[in-house]
Amino acid sequence: MTLTVNEAQLGAIRAHGERTYPRECCGLLLGRFEPDGEKILCSVYPVENTWEGAGEFGLGDGEGEERRFLITPDDYRSGERAARSQGWEVIGTYHSHPDHPARPSEFDRGNAWPVYSYLIVSVQNGQAADLTSWTLDDERQFQLETVHQTTEV
Amino acid sequence: MAVKVLIPAPLRRYTGDQESLELEGGSVGEILDDLTGRYSELKKHLYGEDGKLRNFVNVYVNDEDIRHLQQQGTAVQPTDVISIVPSIAGGL
Repeated sequence: MTLTVNEAQLGAIRAHGERTYPRECCGLLLGRFEPDGEKILCSVYPVENTWEGAGEFGLGDGEGEERRFLITPDDYRSGERAARSQGWEVIGTYHSHPDHPARPSEFDRGNAWPVYSYLIVSVQNGQAADLTSWTLDDERQFQLETVHQTTEV
Repeated sequence: MAVKVLIPAPLRRYTGDQESLELEGGSVGEILDDLTGRYSELKKHLYGEDGKLRNFVNVYVNDEDIRHLQQQGTAVQPTDVISIVPSIAGGL
């Protein structure tokens, strides 16, 4: 699996993570699925982290927005509508790991679907650092995804 | 009774790349049973090991979340459209 992105899109994700630090940021990745399995990111769709309402969805576990994020189904549907208006689809999601490596957690894994890209940016002391992307395989295990970066904006 | 179900992009690989299906059942639960009966590989992505719908998997009948209706017992009509919508959660 390959996710193709451009510098400006990565910059927007890093800036979002820095802006919300020490809370996690989150958002949707809107773009296209190519026939060969490649995904092309067309637009970054930031979403408010609404983890505080996670109890409604049976997801609350006592953690705060420094360690968790939630994109509600209503926010997802809004992003999906925005994607479809451009002829795109939701191709994945992104979030930040404040003061933690850009590796998916067991909590990330338990709440993931295959095919989507799960892009994670590590934010260390308020500064965006490593950025990685992952996809879930058929055994529900995360595999590192190649991020192909273009300079095109 | 056949009801239209929209399949989200990440799950279409399990449904022969079909974006929507006509499935049989009079309630949301029966429709989901028909779905996972036909496409058994879907089941592990919709249901946890406890046999319950995964917390992040939400089902809508038209624009209504079934959590605000009668959950999987929600009755459906042939004119309804069922959507499977993730709430995306994660963290450290």
